[in-house]
Amino acid sequence: MSDEGKPAVEMVDVQIDGEWHQFPKGTRMIEACRQVGKEVPHYCYHPKLTSPGNCRMCLVEMGMPPRPRPGEDPPEKDENGHLPISWIPRPVIACANTVAPNMGIRTDSDLTHACRQGVMELLLINHPLDCPICDQAGECRLQEFSVEHGNGGSRFREQKVKKPKNVDIGPRIRLDDERCIMCSRCIRFTDEVADDPVLGFTDRGSHTVLTVHPGQQLANNYSLNTVDICPVGALTSNDFRFQMRVWFLKEDKSICTSCGRGCNITIGSREDEVYRLTPRENNEVNSAWMCDHGRLNFHYLNSEMRLTDPLVRGAEGHETVAWGDAIQAAADALGRCEANEIALIASGRLTNEELFMARRLASVMKTEFVDIVPRSGEADDYLLAADRNPNTNGAKLVLGLDEPGQALKDIREGMAQGRIKALVVLQENLIDDAGFTAEELGKLDFILHTYPLANPTAETADVVLPGAAFSEKRGSMINLTGRLQRLNRATDGPGQTREVWEIVRDLIQALGGGNGIYLIEDVFKQMAGEIAEFEGLTLSKIGDLGVPLLETDEKIPLLERERERVAKGIIVG
Amino acid sequence: MAIVVKRPKLKWWEQLYLPAIFKGLGITLRHFIATVRGKKKVTMQYPEEKWNDHLPEHYRGAPALVTDEQDRERCVACQLCEFICPPRAITIKPEEIPNDDKWAKVEKRPKEFDIDMIRCIYCGLCEEVCPEQAIYLRKDYSITGTSRAEMVHDKKRLYEIGGKRVGLVNKWNELK
Repeated sequence: MSDEGKPAVEMVDVQIDGEWHQFPKGTRMIEACRQVGKEVPHYCYHPKLTSPGNCRMCLVEMGMPPRPRPGEDPPEKDENGHLPISWIPRPVIACANTVAPNMGIRTDSDLTHACRQGVMELLLINHPLDCPICDQAGECRLQEFSVEHGNGGSRFREQKVKKPKNVDIGPRIRLDDERCIMCSRCIRFTDEVADDPVLGFTDRGSHTVLTVHPGQQLANNYSLNTVDICPVGALTSNDFRFQMRVWFLKEDKSICTSCGRGCNITIGSREDEVYRLTPRENNEVNSAWMCDHGRLNFHYLNSEMRLTDPLVRGAEGHETVAWGDAIQAAADALGRCEANEIALIASGRLTNEELFMARRLASVMKTEFVDIVPRSGEADDYLLAADRNPNTNGAKLVLGLDEPGQALKDIREGMAQGRIKALVVLQENLIDDAGFTAEELGKLDFILHTYPLANPTAETADVVLPGAAFSEKRGSMINLTGRLQRLNRATDGPGQTREVWEIVRDLIQALGGGNGIYLIEDVFKQMAGEIAEFEGLTLSKIGDLGVPLLETDEKIPLLERERERVAKGIIVG
Repeated sequence: MAIVVKRPKLKWWEQLYLPAIFKGLGITLRHFIATVRGKKKVTMQYPEEKWNDHLPEHYRGAPALVTDEQDRERCVACQLCEFICPPRAITIKPEEIPNDDKWAKVEKRPKEFDIDMIRCIYCGLCEEVCPEQAIYLRKDYSITGTSRAEMVHDKKRLYEIGGKRVGLVNKWNELK
């Protein structure tokens, strides 16, 4: 509960399935049950949204102390100070009611089970039995609760109600009205969180359909969250539709790297192919949502354009060589340069560990020209940040940059004057993303370039190395609010792809001897020894939800509004 | 716990072993005479003679996809067989049926359906798990090829082996 830590919250005694517990006043009955391990099945209730109480799945039996009639003695308390409970003959919904002193809740009684069975039968009357086709199968609440509380067979002998199927309601979403169970989660999400109320119910009655407002589309940048919260397969993502059954997906906890927000995500992959990204709840970063921009920004991982082998420029263009030879070729060329003849352009997409290794490399190469490529876009008033680099704060901290992108001008000037003769470019496409020209780069003696994809900068480089993308590496990043978060490896990169810290480690070794780094943990340990902010931390201590590391005055608009609604008691949060 | 096996106590003539030997030889002789007189046949002349007509009803041969009486694909690419397959012989790539297709109602069909017959162990779990009755183990038992690639049955080959199968399939049922 978000009320934790606030002073003077009145605690109330509540009996759940015969055992007494204490909860802060104002706790929803469903949350109280969840906290003591009694999951109440539900469809329409979502802690981040208002509770209309329309699915009726969370019906439970409730009781309160008996009220004495005039003249009657008040009921006596037992030895633990609890009053007897007189049970109410009709069930109540657990999602929209809050706990009260001396309340009793039964989540496992005959009445509760009968209610759940009845609601399931009602919901399944018109629900099509197309689970083999439906994308939600495997993570469908209706399937799950049907197993737990359903009848197994249908008593319904009439024709099922026909509703529109395969409706195009937005550029990224498909609607199947027959599957919809009218929980209204998507309507509430678009209204309350995304501020784009384009969805609604029409034709109320047994022909109720979810529809998009005439002439409008569900096209906002948060539309795919409705697919996540849809308990059934009524809303499906065009992108993920029919791509893979969910039970095949391996789920790894990581963070989104499409902007500085660092939304917590789950990467769904199978056999080293990423199929989808879904948001993971973190109330300090992204609540339970993420933007469509970040969610769909992963298809390049499975692209045909991926670099798979180390390449060195030979007489007839780039040739595939072994890793050791490529590193040695780079080290030979870089070793010939004097101090400050090499510039190092790192990336805001690198992890702290990779940036730390880049810093090491810069000192081994004796160069002061170190920078990252800034990347910005339009921020929205929700999660998406203007800074499209996921680790700008990390680059500032680890590389000691005050203003990222400042030194790029000096580097270009130095290149034009011939002072800078070689370039080490880590995970940046200078020609497309930083405005460098092929002629400019062509004048240099030597370019070392790592990148996941084939790109114009690689064309000009002398040594091109396949660097791992975000789902293929472990490490940490610092988001815009100064929170240190962890990426986890979900897939292995194609071919001989390596993580940048490994590449740089080998390069440092080839340039100037060993450094005792074998694992990413070793990098973090050395980083924690050199940079005060990381002191006492390890990769495992960061945990799945991250730890606050830096003080910034960055505010997350969506979270601010959510906290307001929680404070008002509109949502649970 | 060890189990003590009690050996039978043999009579003196049993300890000679000769009666048992002659009894065995007698059985062999009986079979020999029956075969020589053409009363009994023990060897099937495979491969000149095929198993085809002799296979029992429950025989499990090569798995194959079937179409319904209107030549529609029964398979909806739910990938349950891929999931259940113990040796992971099945690989399916689903695709969406275009909206202008006559049978667009079903929305989904397999784009690629491969069964690696080197891997297949003919267990029949795919047939058992299929919700659309689209995959059956047929009587084909002699699956051969001259390369590994040839041993992978693709969708076209699977429909060739499978043929047609009549009967109601849930996905076309208007009541469902």
